[in-house]
Amino acid sequence: MRLTLKVWREGGKYVGQFVDYKVDNISTDMSFLEMLDVLNEQLIQEKETPIAFEHDCREGICGTCSMVINGQPHGPMKSTTTCQLHMRSFNDGDVIYIEPFRAKAFPVIRDLVVNRDSFDRIIQAGGYVSVNTGQAQDANAIPIEKDTSSQAFDAATCIGCGACVAACPNASAMLFTSAKVSHLATMPQGKVEARKRAQSMVKQMDAEGFGKCSNVTACEAECPKGISVTNIAKLNREYMGSVFGSDKVM
Amino acid sequence: MTKLDAKVPKGALSDKWQQYKGTMKLVAPNNKRRIEVIVVGTGLAGGACAATLAELGYKVKVFTFHDSPRRAHSIAAQGGINAAKNYQNDGDSVYRLFYDTIKGGDYRSRESNVHRLAEVSTNIIDQCVAQGVPFAREYGGLLANRSFGGVQVSRTFYARGQTGQQLLLGAYQALSRQIANGNVTLYNRHEMLDLVKVDGKARGIIARNLLTGEIERHAAHCVVLGTGGYGNVFYLSTNAMNSNTSAAWRAHRKGAFMANPCYTQIHPTCIPVSGHYQSKLTLMSESLRNDGRVWVPKSKADSDAIRKGEKSPLDLSEDQRDYYLERIYPSFGNLVPRDVASRAAKYVCDEGRGVSKTGLAVYLDFSDAINRLGEDTISARYGNLFEIYEKITGENPYKRPMRIYPAVHYTMGGLWVDYNLQTTVPGCFALGEANFSDHGANRLGASALMQGLADGYFVIPYTIGQFLADEIRTPNISTDQGAFAEAETEVRGRIEKLLAIKGNQSVESFHRRLGQYMWDYCGMSRSAEGLEKGIKLIRELRDEFYKDVFVPGSNEEYNPELEKALRVADFLELGELMCKDALNRNESCGGHFREEYQTEEGEATRNDEDFAYVAAWESKGMGESELHKEDLVFENVELKTRSYK
Ligand SMILES: Cc1cc2nc3c(=O)[nH]c(=O)nc-3n(C[C@H](O)[C@H](O)[C@H](O)COP(=O)(O)OP(=O)(O)OC[C@H]3O[C@@H](n4cnc5c(N)ncnc54)[C@H](O)[C@@H]3O)c2cc1C
Ligand code: SF4
Ligand code: FES
Repeated sequence: MRLTLKVWREGGKYVGQFVDYKVDNISTDMSFLEMLDVLNEQLIQEKETPIAFEHDCREGICGTCSMVINGQPHGPMKSTTTCQLHMRSFNDGDVIYIEPFRAKAFPVIRDLVVNRDSFDRIIQAGGYVSVNTGQAQDANAIPIEKDTSSQAFDAATCIGCGACVAACPNASAMLFTSAKVSHLATMPQGKVEARKRAQSMVKQMDAEGFGKCSNVTACEAECPKGISVTNIAKLNREYMGSVFGSDKVM
Repeated sequence: MTKLDAKVPKGALSDKWQQYKGTMKLVAPNNKRRIEVIVVGTGLAGGACAATLAELGYKVKVFTFHDSPRRAHSIAAQGGINAAKNYQNDGDSVYRLFYDTIKGGDYRSRESNVHRLAEVSTNIIDQCVAQGVPFAREYGGLLANRSFGGVQVSRTFYARGQTGQQLLLGAYQALSRQIANGNVTLYNRHEMLDLVKVDGKARGIIARNLLTGEIERHAAHCVVLGTGGYGNVFYLSTNAMNSNTSAAWRAHRKGAFMANPCYTQIHPTCIPVSGHYQSKLTLMSESLRNDGRVWVPKSKADSDAIRKGEKSPLDLSEDQRDYYLERIYPSFGNLVPRDVASRAAKYVCDEGRGVSKTGLAVYLDFSDAINRLGEDTISARYGNLFEIYEKITGENPYKRPMRIYPAVHYTMGGLWVDYNLQTTVPGCFALGEANFSDHGANRLGASALMQGLADGYFVIPYTIGQFLADEIRTPNISTDQGAFAEAETEVRGRIEKLLAIKGNQSVESFHRRLGQYMWDYCGMSRSAEGLEKGIKLIRELRDEFYKDVFVPGSNEEYNPELEKALRVADFLELGELMCKDALNRNESCGGHFREEYQTEEGEATRNDEDFAYVAAWESKGMGESELHKEDLVFENVELKTRSYK
């Protein structure tokens, strides 16, 4: 395949603009990132600065890769991260636009690389169970219904990539935040702190400059892990409970 | 050569740890608050360690080159984690887990460490459940188990095919809680480039801020490395792209011995290479071998036809297929340990019976299991792995057997540590895949997660006290002293040297070539002749690298190519040492198979007489090293020829 890439470049000699590149001899078995590797190798041969993009596991699990491909975070294939996207999803002669995830709370570092520290701070605000090492009881002491555990798991598979934010017209981080709130609230171990957790995580989310959720649900459509918007409803329930309930902590 | 002392406490094997814990030195809470600890790495080992030390009251600084602690390579572990819970009542026990690990490691690990690992394994599961890790459960609400290669009990706990992710998120969340409490300072996007020693003790690190390029000095009373394995020296491996050896290697260059570097695990079930552009290989979890059957065509002619696309695997009847693992190893069948399964795959492909275009692939077939249990059950067990497979290959494994081939996966070798997990540099500790401690010459499936968390949650929090108890009067270490200045100058020198070369070849191209040499000469099977050739080629490649590599940009910016160049420079030194170690070990054991040492049937021949020792290498500068030994004494198990037949 022969492709034309229009890649967002920012930092170094670029102020923030699309730059055109041509790549040739692209095999359909290549992953999207391997295609970018080929382009970068080409740029290095020309003594140019390669395109900065982030990646690590290349297996769809670490959540590092992040780019908007033809307007869609992680590209055209459903439930697929950029690193898992293969060139068989494209056709010879295609023009492909590649941009970073855009949101106020995700400032661009360089080219396609953004800073997602705000996600870590949301977790730090309460996305955990308060238990120290060594304090645990026997693992089978609390039986948990298989379905309940499975539901918790579904929410817990969020990889923290930020595609939901990039997809949202308000750049809201509701899907990400609710996935953690819901994972922990579903398990008896995490239920105890559920309301307080919801409240402090939402507070942090607002402080980071993420937008409000207005139920557009673009997040769910673009989420590579199929995190469901029903988690947002769950978060709202815990949040309302915390604001109006007896364990108000505001 | 010196003999190393592992400082193993006295007493009966099963009492050692309990007794030691009960009598070891403690650091009082008011002193802990003053003591600073640097932890490098936020994977299972580093993350668990940093969180736990902070809970205990130490002041912790944690470093990761990732943008977030949650992205450490541990996130990618799929299959599960072992623990001797005996929830299935199938005869499991601490002793059995200990024994399986020693045997699986081909009698090349230290008894006392392995026993401790088996003991604390049960606490890990308790801890993770308390953190909210959503392990798989049975209908009765209790935890489910599966079995893994090399064992005959069901002791593996799992969270679908994403066990590493869920365990790492548990550790990450515990760490996040401590960051929020102010007990841990997080330095993300920081890469450790050197270890700093003051008066012989590890007192800090030099790190590069990956966003700005600033070279920073960080001091502490001691340094803990949980920096992962070095499988990427082979370029193609199942490791995450950025996993590297630099932290461990730099500690090695500062005096920490590197143990058994040649012990590499080649995992039998990975998606085969598809082309020259290949950037990494994807693992298909070993758990698949519970239900998948491995085979190749009986006849070469059928393999040829399949390779040319004239036949499909579905065209071959049962009696035209060779389920070679079931045939050769009837008692373990498809669940033989990894090294055995990998070599068997290599042999059938060497015979010309491989499938897929390259001839380097065998089938892993689920049709029997699907017929027996239904597609839904198989999908509930392995759904996400099947999806990954289909995304990468474009083939549907429910309909057509998977194609798999061995790939580099894990490194049993690593920094030498004593019973306290301390390296040969006082105050420098190593945990998780970065150390060599528990897996001998071959690691059993689901045991790396166990070891990382055991080290981080349940071992180092105690053993670090043995060093720190004598440091309570040591004031905070200043970075304003000669040792830090020297280390910083040295690091700057290395960076400037790389940037100044301005040659014509990319860092990537050197890494690929190194990987090919390693695979060819220090891979699944090795020979003295090949290893000598490998050493020569690697040395030449290193010279070429320092003459002709091109690193764009400058130090004072976000520069991923410079990061890579520094890592590949270290791989180029490590690769040579791995070959030397493999050359020194005139025997076949576990993942280390020397062609000269095999039986007539091609099974490995171990030499306990001459090689029941840990080979620990001391660095004497680039390309120079001296061998030291730790004798392995087996008081509780009898050394046997490993048989899975
Ligand atoms: C695909 C795959 C599947 C696996 N599945 C299983 C399984 O099912 N069961 C099992 O038991 N094991 C499994 N393993 C093995 C297991 O995942 C690893 O051995 C284990 O997770 C290693 O953990 P760690 O904490 O030692 O290191 P890692 O998770 O690799 O963490 C290393 C950390 O160190 C940091 N770091 C490294 N160098 C530096 C530096 N110079 N400066 C700053 N930071 C640095 C990194 O940023 C990272 O945070 C699997 C491995 C792979 C590749
Ligand atoms: S919810 Fe989905 S899109 Fe958002 S961070 Fe998690 S995995 Fe990514
Ligand atoms: S690189 Fe890890 S999810 Fe894409």
